[in-house]
Parts: sequence; structure tokens; C-alpha cells
Amino acid sequence: MSRRSTLSNRRWRAGGILGVLSAMAAPLASAMPLNMTRGVTEFSREVHDLHMIIFWICCIIGVLVFGVMFYALIRHRKSKGAKPADFHESTKVEIVWTLIPFAILIGMAIPATQALVNSDDDGSKPADLTVQVTGSQWKWHYKYLGTDVEYYSLLATPRDQIAGKLNKGDNYLLEVDRPLVLPTDRNVRFVITSEDVIHSWWVPAFAVKKDANPGFINQVQTRIDEPGIYRGQCAELCGKDHGFMPVVVIAKAPNEFDAWLEGEQQKVALAKAEEEKLLAMNMGFDELMAEGEKVYQTYCAACHQPNGEGLPGVFPGLKGSAIALGEVNAHIDIVVNGKAGTAMQAFGKQLTLAQQAAVITYERNAWGNDTGDAVQPSDIHNFLNGAQ
Amino acid sequence: MHATREIDAAPDMGVEQHHDHAHHGPASGLMRWVTTTNHKDIGTLYLWFAFIMFLVGGAMAMVIRAELFQPGLQLVDPHFFNQMTTVHGLIMVFGAVMPAFTGLANWLVPMMIGAPDMALPRMNNWSFWILPFAFLILLSSLFMEGGGPAFGWTFYAPLSTTYSGDSTALFVFSVHIMGMSSIMGAINVIVTIFNLRAPGMTMMKMPLFVWTWLITAFLLIAVMPVLAGAVTMVLTDKFFGTDFFNAAGGGDPVLFQHIFWFFGHPEVYIMILPSFGIISAILPTFARKKLFGYSSMVYATASIAGLSFIVWAHHMFTTGMPLFGELFFMYCTMLIAVPTGVKVFNWVATLWRGSITFEVPMLFALAFLVLFTIGGFSGLMLAITPADFQYHDTYFVVAHFHYVLVTGAIFSIMAAAYYWLPKWTGHMFDEGLAKLHFWCSLISVNLLFFPMHFLGLAGMPRRIPDYALQFADVNKLVSIGGFAFGLSQLIFLAVVIKCIRGGEKAPAKPWEGAEGLEWTLPSPAPYHTFETPPEVK
Repeated sequence: MSRRSTLSNRRWRAGGILGVLSAMAAPLASAMPLNMTRGVTEFSREVHDLHMIIFWICCIIGVLVFGVMFYALIRHRKSKGAKPADFHESTKVEIVWTLIPFAILIGMAIPATQALVNSDDDGSKPADLTVQVTGSQWKWHYKYLGTDVEYYSLLATPRDQIAGKLNKGDNYLLEVDRPLVLPTDRNVRFVITSEDVIHSWWVPAFAVKKDANPGFINQVQTRIDEPGIYRGQCAELCGKDHGFMPVVVIAKAPNEFDAWLEGEQQKVALAKAEEEKLLAMNMGFDELMAEGEKVYQTYCAACHQPNGEGLPGVFPGLKGSAIALGEVNAHIDIVVNGKAGTAMQAFGKQLTLAQQAAVITYERNAWGNDTGDAVQPSDIHNFLNGAQ
Repeated sequence: MHATREIDAAPDMGVEQHHDHAHHGPASGLMRWVTTTNHKDIGTLYLWFAFIMFLVGGAMAMVIRAELFQPGLQLVDPHFFNQMTTVHGLIMVFGAVMPAFTGLANWLVPMMIGAPDMALPRMNNWSFWILPFAFLILLSSLFMEGGGPAFGWTFYAPLSTTYSGDSTALFVFSVHIMGMSSIMGAINVIVTIFNLRAPGMTMMKMPLFVWTWLITAFLLIAVMPVLAGAVTMVLTDKFFGTDFFNAAGGGDPVLFQHIFWFFGHPEVYIMILPSFGIISAILPTFARKKLFGYSSMVYATASIAGLSFIVWAHHMFTTGMPLFGELFFMYCTMLIAVPTGVKVFNWVATLWRGSITFEVPMLFALAFLVLFTIGGFSGLMLAITPADFQYHDTYFVVAHFHYVLVTGAIFSIMAAAYYWLPKWTGHMFDEGLAKLHFWCSLISVNLLFFPMHFLGLAGMPRRIPDYALQFADVNKLVSIGGFAFGLSQLIFLAVVIKCIRGGEKAPAKPWEGAEGLEWTLPSPAPYHTFETPPEVK
């Protein structure tokens, strides 16, 4: 018994010392890498190696220059009796220290040029898969060109975690409801654009960062070596929720990817058939309200606020607003088509008919709006067909 | 001719014996400062204004760092956070660094070239006094419904046009006024340097501070109208239905970035060239040795200024430029390292075999030399286009430009303030307190900005109000550094006030190794500088 307790005492002591040591190291060592990722594409490794080459060259120059400087500061102090020399120019020396940095720069420029030329995608290189990436405040829209598969990818971190009401998850702010799925070992081309402001699509592990410019299309290629989950974020200030616009990519082996894409296409077909059926029947009011609240919190609350009061001067409130209390078709119009020249997007393509019907019903009855209107998917459908 | 000009000019005409000097001092009371045309008064106004703006902009930085102290949103909402980053940037660039340099130019250029005053004193008064109004307008926009500008100090379209609040109009108006002030200041510096140099002071005998300001003034005149054009286009796009930056109307949002950075890149050199002049004055003084390579310093400054016009697109490597463009801007940007390297080597050679002492101006100058060089290294890394794809818009960039602007521009301004404070006030400053200011600033500024390099490399984007958990510890460290740096600047305020109110009398030349015409004047410098021009051999 006593032997045991001394043993455990020792263990405790050793553990305690280790604990204290690791606590001291913790502020810098916990999880965060201190260097650029080497990534999972050939280009990202090239970039990483370039980064390290320049870093070490800068370190060497720094050590030399600061070494000479500190030597002078220590040895040539007045308090040590140093007498000032009277040289103040030397054309030879000055030419030498113009030419040597020039040569070093040429040495840096050669690998940089090679990497850049190799990575350049002017559209002429063949791609096995093309994904259209569209930034829109504040979500990403992915479309697999040549298929019917397209979807929006939104931040999945609950607002309560951001507000500190819930404990934060491991992938806090770096998780989405629907990640982009890509194949490994295939050339993937991204064509990137935006619906509103400039965003920038960035996945560090691929060394791909490209701006999404409204009205223009950028293209960039990548080829992923390893299956896995890769996370990134929007890298261009795009308004209020710029910090809440993550990118998550799941890379799958080619055959798994093909199976996944096949499954998605079937789901799309199925959903279309569901929608057709839905047009023939009515949803119940409570069902509309419950679904509507869910849609509202996901898509609308960021601007109009969960309490429907908006941010005065920036985003109008819906509580008691002319739109929510006024004519139904005007309300449908603004949800389906958005409002040009403002942050209000067109949700016609982002949401299903049922979701749109539900959220409009919700907005017309929540927060004391109480119009009693129940908007049905068929109303949206009729609006679309009548309006076009 | 205006009456006061005649009286001012009278001594130069050799009629001073008929003149009562008592009327020549400054008027008293508030109106002295409002109506003054004296270069020292205006220099003082600029310096105080810059310091107040430094504190205001710094307070905004404290809000930013407090929000980023831990993950999650605690203090401010993201929209207000964006207003803080935007206005912090605008205030620090246009309200703190640029006016501080203009203040130094006002004080020092006439004293250094043996002139009686600036060449255009009435305009000098105007170019200062419109500034407080520009910033009142900018700051008041924060209280508008919808808040102030929230699109970053670079105000990229269409965020600043289609998607901005009504305060954009106030933002544009205030930027126009700041631009006018800068251009008037620049014209004054150029005219003064070209026309009022003392007999015998050839261009290649001018102190480097005068040279660097001359080149800066030309940069200002070249690029401020470009900024004015950019903000005007933002204004008409937003309010008058034009489509300069709107693709749907035939415009191009990337065009905005080209125009902005054609202004913005030279602008960053506007904020560092005068520093080069300051450091080139201080290092030789405390090394008791002439500046190494004076003429190559002049040529290096001029070539940096020239190159600054052809590198703007290195801010835009991820916008989707053609390969040729990316290569061209990469090579040109890398090239800037050559003249910058020459300057650093020359400064180190100035220290070499000197007789060095470590008074406070020297401490700041040495810190500048080391830390600005580190900022230069990260600049070189950013120039490498493929690597920039990873660095761009991350905290690595934030670390880089704060190293060159805070430990570069602002440290040099502090070095200058300590160096010339005895000349301005007639008193020596409290050396102990000033040293405390230096060491607190040096340690905290590195705690503040150095870890940002790691945040950027690890993948934290800039301008986000909240971040992933892995960045938490380093952000906490950075915020602590930020608060410490902010508080340290109050020591500076104490030193300056104490020095103005009294202290050991300063001799005409308080620094043993100092050279230059300003040290031939008594301390404090007389209200009218050089009533008879000094002879320069």
C-alpha cells in the first residue's frame, strides 16, 4: 500500500513537472503550426520550398548585416575610447554591394519564374473536371460543370458558439454544411467568379488563392495528391461576414468521387420529382412556420438579425416592415429576385420552392407580424412562371 | 503686396535698424495658432495633430485587438469591427504618419537650408487647417445611421460602391480634403527647396532629409490626383449611376484596384522616404562620423521613388493577371531590394568604426535600422509571386506593413522628435523617461507584430473579427503586445510635455556630433529663422 502510494507520488511529481513544462510551452506550441503548410499538391510544395529558400537567404543576409552592425555597436563605442574614422565613401564598395544583391535576386527569380510558369492556367491545359466557384455574400456556390450537381456551402458553426453561449467545436468557423468534394489524382480546374463583391477562394493546402471578381471569370488548376479534408477561408474583405465564409474541401480517391457524383446526380433528379409532387398539395401552416424559421436562421438572420429587426442603416428590419406586411407577390419577388444594388441576393436558385414558401410565411407571421398568410410552394412556382 | 509680408521681408532688405522687433514675435492667444503663417507654428500644429490622430487611430487598434483577444464575438459586431479596421488605417496613414512628416518638413526644411520661412506661408496655413475638418468629417461618419466606412482603407469596389452605406459620401469628401492638404504641402516643400536655399547650398550639399522630402513631395504631386480620381469614381458610381467599376454596366472592379494601387504603392514610399532622411541625420551624429555614401543615398532614394510607379500590381497577384504581368511586377518589385539594400549597407558602414553613443534618438534610429530591415525581408518574400499566393491577405502581410510603418515610419518620427526636441523647446528632455519609452515600445511592438508572421503562415486571413481556435494563443499574445505598445506611447506624451514646460537649458548644438545649419541657431530656434541667409561653403 505504502509502496504503491510513493510510486503514484513519484508519478504525480513527474507528471506535475511535465505538466508545468508543457503549460509553459503551451502558448506557442498548441496546435498552431508556425510555418506555411507543405500542402498536398505539387505546386503547394514548390511554393513551400520557394518560401523556405527565400526565408533562409533573408536569414543569412540578416545575420551578416546585423552581425556587422552589432559588432560596430559593441566595439566602436565612444565609452570604449573608439575614435571615429573619417572614410565616408568608396565607389568600389558601393558598386559591389549593388551587384551582389542583384545577383542574389536573379538567383531567387529563376525558381520563382519556373514555379509560376508551371502553375499558370491559361485555359489551354486539359482538365478532367471543372468546378465553377461563385462567391456570394457570405457563402460559396459550387457547380460541377457538365452535370446537374450544384449547391451552396455555408458556415456550419452555430451562431450561439460565435456568441459564446455554446462551447466552441474543434473546427470552429472552419466547418460548412456542404463541403466541396473533389477527386485526387485528377486535374481539377476552378472557374471562379462572384455574384456581388470581390471574394477570394483560398485553400492553403493546395496553394490556390484566386479572387472571385463579379462579372469576370478567373481560372486556376490544381491536382490533389492525398485524400483528406482541407480547410480554408475567404481571403478578401467582402463585408460584414467576411470572417465567416470558410472553404472546406473533401478529396476522395477517383472511384469514390465518381460514385459520390453519381449519387448526387440521382439526388438532384429525385428532388426535382419531389418538387413536382409538392406543387399539387398544400403544406400545413405549422409545418411552413417550422421550416421557415430554420431557413431564416440559416440564410437571412446574418443580415436581418434573428429578431427580425435588422441593423438600421445597413440592413432593413423585417419586423413590421412594408414588405412583410404588404402585398404577397412583392414579398415573393424580393426573395426570389433579390434587390439590385443592395446586399439582398436572389434566393430563387439557392432555395427550393418549399424553403422559399416557408421562409416567406415565417417572415409574414413571426415577431408579431401576424398577417396570417400561408404561402405555398405552388405560389412561388406560379410567380416564377407568371413573372418570366 | 500684403502688409505682413512687407514687414517680414524688411529685415532682408537691410532696413532692420528702423524696425521694432517687439512686434515680430507671435501674436498671443488662440488666434496666433489659427492665423499663423510661421513655419514653426505650423510645424507644431501638424505634429500635435498627428499625435492626437495617432492616439485616436491607436484607440481603434485597441478595439480591434480587444475583440481579437479571444475567439468568439465579445465586444463589437463584425460591421463595427470593419469600421474600426477601415478608419484605423485611414487615420494612421493620412492623419498620423503623413501629417507628422509634413510637420517635420515645416519645422526643419527652412532651418536646414538656411531659409527664413516656407516659401508659401499663407498656403501653409490653409494646408494645415483644412486637415482637422477632413478628419472631423471622417470621424463623424461613424455616428451616422449605418455607420462609417467599413470597406478597408483600400475601399475596393464594389464593396465601397454598390454595397456601402451613405457615409461613403462623407468618406470621399474627407479624402478629397486630405489630398488637397497633401498637395499644397508638397508644393510648398518643392518651392521652398528650389527657391530659398542659402547661397552656396547646392543640391548635392542639401541634408538628406531635405532630399528625401523633395522626392516625396514629387511623389505626392504625382499620385494624390490619382487617389482623387479614384474616390470621385467611387462617388459617381455609388450616387450618380456611373459604371466605372460595375461589370454589369461595362466597368471592371479590378480597374479600381489598378487605379488605387497606382496611387497606393507610391503612397507607401511617401510614408517611408522622409524616414530615410531622418535616419541619415541621426546615425552620423551619434556615430560621430560622416554619412557613408551621400550621393549613392540620393540616387538610391530617387530610384526607389521611380520604381515605386511600376510595381503597383504586386498588391494584385491573386486578381487573375496574365502570366506576363505577374512576372513583370514580380521582377520590378524584387528590384526595389537593390537600392533599399544600398541604403541599409550605407547606414551600417556609417556606424562602422565610428565613435558611438546611445542617446534616445540613436536608440530609436538603431531599432529602425534592424526592424525596418526585417520588414524589408518580408517585403522581398511577398514579392515572389507564387509564394505571395499563400501570403496575400493574411496576417503575414499585416506583420510586414506594420513592421515598415510602425517600426519604420513611426519609430523614425519618434527618433526625429527626440533628436530635434531640444531645438524646438530649448530644453533637454528627461533622458530616463525617454529611455523607458524606448524600451517599452521596442519590446511591446515586437510582441505585437512579430507573432503575426506566424499567424499568417498558419493561415489566418486579415480583417476577420473572429478566428479558428488554433489561432487563439498567439492572438492573445499579440493583443497583450498591442495594449502595452498603446500605453507606452503615453510615456512619450509625458516626455514631450515635460520638455516643453522646462528642464535643463539646451545649448545651440546639444549633440556632440551633429552637423547642419539648424544647429547654428540658438535653442529654442528664434521665431524667424535666418533673417539673414547663412553662407554655406
